[in-house]
Amino acid sequence: MELRAVSKAISSFKGKTALSIDTKNDHKTLLGADELVINMGPQHPSTHGVLRVKLKLDGERVIGSECIIGYLHRGVEKIAENRTYQQFAPYVDRMDYVAAVSSGLGYCEAVEKLLVTEAPPRARVIRTILTELQRIASHLLWLGTHALDIGALTPLFYCFREREEILKIFEKYCGARLTTHAFRIGGLQYEAYDTFEKDVERFCKDFESRIVEYETLLTENRIWIGRTKGVGILTAADAVAFGVTGPVLRASGVKWDIRKAAPYAAYDQYKFEIPVGTTGDTYDRYLVRMEEMRQSRLICLQAIENIPAGPIMAKVGKVLKPPPGEVYHAIEAPKGEIGYYIVSDGTVMPYRVHIRPPSFINLQAFDRMVRGHLVADVVAIIGTIDIVLGEVDR
Amino acid sequence: MVTRRNVVHGAIFLITALLATAGIFLQLRAEFLFIVQIILYVGGIMVLFVFVIMLVNLDVALQQIQFARKKWVALLVALALAAQVGLMFWSSGKMPGQGLPVLTAAAAASLPPNSETVAHSLFESYLLPFEIASILLLVAMIGAVVMAKKRT
Amino acid sequence: MQATMEFLKLYWAPLLCGVAVVAILPLVAGYIVLVERKLMADMQARLGPMRVGPHGLLQPIADAVKLLIKEDIIPDNADKMVFWLAPVLSVGAALLSLAGLAIGPAFQIAQDINIGILFVVGISAMGIFGIVLGGWASNSHYSLMGALRSSAQLVSYETAAGMALVSALLFTGTLNIKSIVEVQSQEGIWFVMLAPVAFFTYLVASIAETNRAPFDLPEAESELVAGYMTEFSGFRWSLYFLAEYTNMIVVASVATTLFLGGWLRPFAGVPWLNFLDFVPTLLVVAVAAYCLVRAPKQPTRVQQFFMLAVAGLCFVVGLVLVAPVVLPIAKPFYAGIHGGFWFIFKVSLYIYFFMWLRFTIPRYRFDQLMRLGWHFLIPLSIINVLLIGVALIAGSYFNLHGWGLLLVTTPAAVITLVAALLILVAEKERDAGQDPNAASDFYAG
Repeated sequence: MELRAVSKAISSFKGKTALSIDTKNDHKTLLGADELVINMGPQHPSTHGVLRVKLKLDGERVIGSECIIGYLHRGVEKIAENRTYQQFAPYVDRMDYVAAVSSGLGYCEAVEKLLVTEAPPRARVIRTILTELQRIASHLLWLGTHALDIGALTPLFYCFREREEILKIFEKYCGARLTTHAFRIGGLQYEAYDTFEKDVERFCKDFESRIVEYETLLTENRIWIGRTKGVGILTAADAVAFGVTGPVLRASGVKWDIRKAAPYAAYDQYKFEIPVGTTGDTYDRYLVRMEEMRQSRLICLQAIENIPAGPIMAKVGKVLKPPPGEVYHAIEAPKGEIGYYIVSDGTVMPYRVHIRPPSFINLQAFDRMVRGHLVADVVAIIGTIDIVLGEVDR
Repeated sequence: MVTRRNVVHGAIFLITALLATAGIFLQLRAEFLFIVQIILYVGGIMVLFVFVIMLVNLDVALQQIQFARKKWVALLVALALAAQVGLMFWSSGKMPGQGLPVLTAAAAASLPPNSETVAHSLFESYLLPFEIASILLLVAMIGAVVMAKKRT
Repeated sequence: MQATMEFLKLYWAPLLCGVAVVAILPLVAGYIVLVERKLMADMQARLGPMRVGPHGLLQPIADAVKLLIKEDIIPDNADKMVFWLAPVLSVGAALLSLAGLAIGPAFQIAQDINIGILFVVGISAMGIFGIVLGGWASNSHYSLMGALRSSAQLVSYETAAGMALVSALLFTGTLNIKSIVEVQSQEGIWFVMLAPVAFFTYLVASIAETNRAPFDLPEAESELVAGYMTEFSGFRWSLYFLAEYTNMIVVASVATTLFLGGWLRPFAGVPWLNFLDFVPTLLVVAVAAYCLVRAPKQPTRVQQFFMLAVAGLCFVVGLVLVAPVVLPIAKPFYAGIHGGFWFIFKVSLYIYFFMWLRFTIPRYRFDQLMRLGWHFLIPLSIINVLLIGVALIAGSYFNLHGWGLLLVTTPAAVITLVAALLILVAEKERDAGQDPNAASDFYAG
């Protein structure tokens, strides 16, 4: 779907918004039994962080839910008002700590937009390679933990084995594995190290057979299909109305990817497909993310063939004072659209930074997806949205 | 005689009583009955008892004083019954021809294996009652399924 | 006093065996846990416990010591008597059912019970109480729900398991364990060939009976209901754990006895295949040779020494295994030693398959689990009993024995599989029509 179709879907949506748990309109339960409100507390092995979910149950079926967030709120956006632009860059890594590189990319490009500069071509290509590697790493972590929640113990270790290789590349590049702070405003600080292309190429060549390994374990597995097919269906209209982005949106059938719709970094130079699902259930989201890993691998292979020579840093000066104005720049992070809205008042510190986290917006659709399902599906649905609480709470 | 207030405790003691019955069967060299008693009574019926006890909220019932005053009457009746049964056993030993017939244990080797005996009698002499009993059970099962089905 | 002495004089051997089994079994179960962790690690591209003792071999001891010295926490309003009783019931039932099993023609604690298999199955069914009472005594809503779910699962799959066992018992006509293996020896064919569908049904049902993946929803931590074992810590938890692994051993032993020929060597009656008698020795000596080869490659002296010790031990075991075959003095011990080896080997294969399944496939949701048991396995096993009965009548009419029975049982198995397929197709159609995951009607208001 193109932009026009997307906006038409938004304007024609006549559905209801998600309701919180409300004991006044008691739902007519099947046996006339009491409803039960149970709490999946902030400490739970499967809520992927400190997420509290209140579930209203009729027997075993969920008839209402409420997500209570904020346990990991650190006031990042307020902190931004008291840091210079370069000083704030490490903070964005700590929001989505699973995919720090892409959060960093979004921020750096947003500030570059404010400064009306662009990173040089070489920097853009290396940024693309690292971001796509980060997308693979984030999806691998998602796959491992999601499979573990559903009961498959083994894919977790296989996924982490591959993720280890990517983190090694990150470590060689910028010294850190998780909170990388890989990019700088205006380009890159570090030149690609000597064996960078060889490492990435070797990883990508090995990776295809590994994806086949994961798929052998899960894709045609009757139990996996039974646990994920038809679970947590989100229709395309609902997804667009909630503002859901990323693989969740694409699995619902909406072909929307910012890398194609509004290309940034070096994405317009490479050929890749956008996988789209049909029904918007958990199985489709699984298939979409698996295919995205394959496409990211292809992008990496195309990119390393031809990294242009040249400078890696644009001329932005040591003290950054963007002209007064505002910018909203969004990129396609592994979890969805991460957007940075920065208002500059001409000083070294931004006046306001607001971050549009994909997990926060995607989590809104949780209530829609979980109603009518059994308790055992709740964990599967939380896993399939792929949330990181650091991003949800900031 | 039921002495425990707590229903689950009562169920546990019922399990003990049924196991003891099974033990008596074993001592009488009826091993098939022993194991069938355990499988059906303890492993089947008591499990369902315990299920129901746990699914039903019994706190309210526990609060009420139900039979406290009648405890002593129950004890008296139980003692009277026990005395009567004891008298029957005692008299069967002392006065032959009155009371219960004296049972002598048969020699172990002469008894045919218990399972085979039961099987033979069930499928040869008592085949018709067996089939009727199974149809009865089938009807009960179907009735239970029909009653428990949701009204959609 | 006199009666006690007489009792002891008659039954001292089984009593000693029983005491020995109860004493050794926790150790054995602990090492089965270690094997599981090492296997899990191997399938997950990692090493498993390596620190405690060479290659982690003292890990079970460390775990046992830790569990014994842990603080015994009892929830506040828990019923103390039932809280104490529940793990004891579980372990008691599991250990008691071990008494009816025969590892070899000579090793049976409760000797020659007429109702052998029924005894084992019936007593292990009593373990359900340990679970239900444990969940109730924890005074926690979630534990109770987990316990009820677990026992519902156990009760549902017991029927399927029982019917599968009946299919195999049709060939023997007796419940006595020794007779079952003797019939398999006489016919010269294991019942797994004659009743493969029954074996498969029993395999699946036994996984559900022991609460193993993919049927371990009541125990899974990632689900909302944390399971009946939550409030039990320290030694009480280890009793539950012991009960679970003992149940695994019991279930594997029952399957081995009924389907896999018990303590018989493959092709036990065929004289020209007698060279198979050397297979146990060869296996053990191969393990010893592998340890010898790997010994110099170990990083530390302790581990090198240890590998050599294992190699030596395996070599000694190999000698013990080959003695009854070659030395005429040791011939009478052949049945005992080799029977024991083959039995333990088959039980290990069965348990290895359990573990393999656990690491490979995700777990079933509870309603899918119950549906599998009631809608698929129970009809399948009933149809199987029916068809094997018909096959046996046909077999006796044509006077078929041993491998000849395959002529009648294979068509029975094929028809059962066709019936299974039909059931699955019917289920799929019903699923497609019903759509149990429709969320729309719950969103009104």
